[in-house]
Amino acid sequence: MMRIRGVITMLDDFLVRAVLAGLGLAIAAGPLGCFVVWRRMAYFGDSTAHAAILGVALSFAFGVSIYAGTLAVALAMALLVSALVGRGHAMDTLLGVAAHSALALGLVAASFVPGLRVDLTAFLFGDILAVGRADLAWIWGGALLVLGLLIWRWQRLVSATVNEELAMAAGIDTRLERLILAVALALVVAVAIRIVGALLISAMLIVPAAAARTWSRTPEQMAMIATGVAALSVAAGLWSSLRLDSPAGPSIVVAAAGVFAFGAIFRKG
Amino acid sequence: MTALIRAERLGIHRPGTTEPVLDNVNFSIEPGEIVTVVGPNGSGKSSLVRALLGHVALAAGRVMRLTGLRIGYVPQRVHIDTAMPMTVRRFLSLPRRVADAEAAAMLRRVGVEGVEQRQITQLSGGQFQRVLLARALLHDPQLLVLDEPTQGLDQPGIVAFYKLIEQIRAETGAAILLVSHDLLVVMRASDRVLCLNGHICCEGTPQQVSSAPEYRALFGAESEGTLALYRHHHDHDHDHDHDHDHGADHHGDHGHPHDAHPRGHHHA
Repeated sequence: MMRIRGVITMLDDFLVRAVLAGLGLAIAAGPLGCFVVWRRMAYFGDSTAHAAILGVALSFAFGVSIYAGTLAVALAMALLVSALVGRGHAMDTLLGVAAHSALALGLVAASFVPGLRVDLTAFLFGDILAVGRADLAWIWGGALLVLGLLIWRWQRLVSATVNEELAMAAGIDTRLERLILAVALALVVAVAIRIVGALLISAMLIVPAAAARTWSRTPEQMAMIATGVAALSVAAGLWSSLRLDSPAGPSIVVAAAGVFAFGAIFRKG
Repeated sequence: MTALIRAERLGIHRPGTTEPVLDNVNFSIEPGEIVTVVGPNGSGKSSLVRALLGHVALAAGRVMRLTGLRIGYVPQRVHIDTAMPMTVRRFLSLPRRVADAEAAAMLRRVGVEGVEQRQITQLSGGQFQRVLLARALLHDPQLLVLDEPTQGLDQPGIVAFYKLIEQIRAETGAAILLVSHDLLVVMRASDRVLCLNGHICCEGTPQQVSSAPEYRALFGAESEGTLALYRHHHDHDHDHDHDHDHGADHHGDHGHPHDAHPRGHHHA
């Protein structure tokens, strides 16, 4: 009993909550980020993440949880984009249009919501130090769901990512696996919106995974190293935020970028 | 014997159009048979393969596969992105995991022993094709489907590859469906050849096809070489040392293996 109470009181500390929130993001963004890198879906991540601002604005307007609103809009965006991509439009341009218009639309919508104007930076760049207990429940719930989904489908997802034709010949429904990744992406966006904000979500997906590529020989190694890099970046970013009073979300991404740069410079001795 | 796969009056359209790629194609392959599909670029060879595998929607006709048919497939131009780290060993366990011993035995079988820990994107073209073949041969396929498996290989590499295919058929009894434009080499290895150009132009034994006027019209001068080679080979049927598989297993016969075979340069 004492120990449980001890853990619960620990959650009173904003720093403990921030660390836990960051680790929650790391366990989902690490492995999912690898798929974003492997499938060259960076813009796909951007458009889904940027749609989150529209989700936030709608949540405020209709008085629902920002997690529910963000998840719903991100999911709609992810499905829309993946449907369009499947139809063979010029992908690069299309995703660019989707990413930027989602952000612009969200910002315009937010301007009509009283009160949100003041808070907008928190949703654009995150406010990990303000994460509350309810946020933690959403973050860990979402993160574990993403991780569970990825582990459950792992062999099929990796097969479909390596080569679609080989996967199809083995009886894998590659469209279903794409859909699963789109859902996981929307979940990560909802998980990350309070932590690093809409503008830096795809950075948390791509940068740790890109850093992990240097040191990994198999997909599994890369997923684990990416998770480690993301967790390390969270710790370093929070430290920098406390010591140097730098903004937490961007500091986390800067730390991850530092690991990437280190790996790029010092690989192979 | 019952066919492994049978296609009846198969029709396929170019995706999103009503432009036909294949029209009225009847096809079947029996256990243990080596069937080669030849045809110019854009003649629908790959579309036929993908229809047989069930990867494309049919515009007409039907495809019947033996229930529970195990197919090993090597697609045309497999590209693996360097963004994904992947050892050969890990690749062989996708999507179904195989034991280390099984993976090692199969790599040895196709002639790339010990490459397990290499990154798959760092293999040479020939090694990569053999790894793909090893992967297709896992799980004991009844039918091996190889779509232009020798693209990017040099002439000796191509000859060696087909030799390996013939050995595998002899050992496993698997039927083999080959798509190729390596006319000279591939036809000799086949029991039956199908010449495709949107529809079936002609089919039969390699000898029948190579002397068919439809085939000659499609392939022109090159077909002369096929016929000559085919006859030549069969004239010396029991003299395997006098084979045209130069460069693959023979050493010191001639200093410039490519020059020994003036018609061997068609594969760019």
